Amino acid sequence: MPRLDTTVARPRPAAPRQRPRRAGRIPLALLLPAVLGLLFLILPLAGLLARAPWATLPQRLTEPGVLTALRLSLLTATLATLLCLALGVPLAWLLARIEFPGRRIVRALVTVPLVLPPVVGGVALLLVFGRRGLLGSWLDSTFGVTLPFTTTGVVLAEAFVAMPFLVIAVEGALRGADSRYEEAAATLGANRWTTFTHVTLPLVAPGIAAGGVLCWARALGEFGATITFAGNFPGRTQTMPLAVYLALETDLEAAIVLSLVLLAVSVAILATLRDRWISAP
Amino acid sequence: MTADLTVHPSAPQVLEPLLDAHLVVDRGSFRLDLPLTISSGEVVALLGPNGAGKSTALRALAGLLGLSAGHLTLAGHELDRPGSRIRVPTEQRPVGVVFQDYLLFPHLSALDNVAFGPRRHGLDRRQARQRAADWLDRMGLAEHSRRKPRQLSGGQAQRVALARALAVAPALLLLDEPLAALDARTRLDTRAQLQRHLAAHPGATLLVTHDPLDALVLADRLVIIEHGQVVQEGDAATITAQPRTDYVARLVGLNLYRGRATGQTVLLSDGFRLTAAEQHDGDVFVAFPPSAVALHPERPDGSPRNTWPAAISGIQPNGDNLRVQLSGPIEVAADITPLAAAQLHLAPGQRVWAAVKATETRTYPAAPD
Repeated sequence: MPRLDTTVARPRPAAPRQRPRRAGRIPLALLLPAVLGLLFLILPLAGLLARAPWATLPQRLTEPGVLTALRLSLLTATLATLLCLALGVPLAWLLARIEFPGRRIVRALVTVPLVLPPVVGGVALLLVFGRRGLLGSWLDSTFGVTLPFTTTGVVLAEAFVAMPFLVIAVEGALRGADSRYEEAAATLGANRWTTFTHVTLPLVAPGIAAGGVLCWARALGEFGATITFAGNFPGRTQTMPLAVYLALETDLEAAIVLSLVLLAVSVAILATLRDRWISAP
Repeated sequence: MTADLTVHPSAPQVLEPLLDAHLVVDRGSFRLDLPLTISSGEVVALLGPNGAGKSTALRALAGLLGLSAGHLTLAGHELDRPGSRIRVPTEQRPVGVVFQDYLLFPHLSALDNVAFGPRRHGLDRRQARQRAADWLDRMGLAEHSRRKPRQLSGGQAQRVALARALAVAPALLLLDEPLAALDARTRLDTRAQLQRHLAAHPGATLLVTHDPLDALVLADRLVIIEHGQVVQEGDAATITAQPRTDYVARLVGLNLYRGRATGQTVLLSDGFRLTAAEQHDGDVFVAFPPSAVALHPERPDGSPRNTWPAAISGIQPNGDNLRVQLSGPIEVAADITPLAAAQLHLAPGQRVWAAVKATETRTYPAAPD
């Protein structure tokens, strides 16, 4: 499990520039697997770039199917992130600031979707929000709302899988933030809510932003829960990863183009977060 | 200042102390038990070594920590009384705090930091900023009002923190080591300014510090605590003249011993005898300044009756002089000039004779334990 709380939370002291280096050769037993590991991570990406149909790329990108999937992906990932922010930041605050019995268990529960296979998440969502699910049947009979196999369902599936990233990141930021600022706010007459909105949130804004970006990236790449819970309907629930999977069976070049787009988005996110947690000491 | 923020008592209450508290806080093996009263306009310094309970007292007064027992009444309002299950939360107490490292909100300008309190007390944005601007002006910081805390010097940040605490017109102002974070020169300036602002503050002020100079300069009255208990209380003159514990004696720079007096002779608990100037009978303290201790290479002849052989255990610079720590029948500190030190060839471990004239000692009755 990524230990986001320590990486996102506080500014890291600058790593010493010059580490004392030990003289002598690097053991081959370490060097060889290290280089192999690096190649293993890089080669597939290089292959993607090598096989890309660069000549027809512009027109491929503007094909209606690609744009539809991209637009849907961006929309659902953004909505899922907003949902995660609305629910996850208060949850992180609760975990970081309030002592309550069973807090450790709650924290463990929050991280379950991180380790759960997304397909299982999708099945679980179906059982609860499906038309005959625990909540789904009630939603259907009372409001006439059905969630599975809709765009809203995509948002739910993505939020389910991505929210732990946000909660862990924001909780880490909250723990790293000096809670004495909140005490100072209280001595100036601020109640807990005002303190949260006027002091705590601005203090942990960088942590929330980082958590939000992570959450958005995870939502954008979500596949398993989405296809299980929301299906694969072009224009409605077919997001980029689903489109890639579908294209792979019929049109390899199209799959490559779609993959390139997702790769570009990932690299952009890396660049955004570069200073936060890529430059680990 | 508008009336709605003023929480000072009306005329009939002025005779009563503004703050009337008995702070009892149990924290495992540590127990704070501190009776404390402060009048309007009075500045009381709470002085003590690390771990004495100063911060605990401050947090209890601010409501950041609940009392275990006792009571806390401010301006006629009960703020904490565990016996009656009364506890007013921090944000509803008319208390202002200047924290040790100021805790200015890093995302707000100096002006908005100071306006934060008035805004929470019901002023609209414009009024709150006006009030903040007035306070910054009073602190001589008008031209820095747009700056973020990280762009302020230590002394400026300290004054912004003071302005922020005072801008809500607190009945009780709490200062936690307000000068500790400053370098020596800034501290001198800031201390003088702080003294002016504290004198102008109509409410009660409690200054928590471990620096005796801050306490002596800024406070009307000193309360000294050790291990959560008051060990001495009084004005600066009394405390500097007649310390009652080793800690206080060190604070005010005196050698202090406790013993039984019979006339001019004081028998210390370890059997050592000191001859004092004044006649006393019973338990007494004997105090004399390090400058009263003379060092001789040989046993001195003549007048001083208090002479004893001692060994030098340490030498430190102390202002223009050297402070020499002596071990022997009694532990004693002596101040000598560098010239005298050179002539004596002082070095740690060296044996010398110490002498104190009886006329330089002060003797006063010890309170019975």
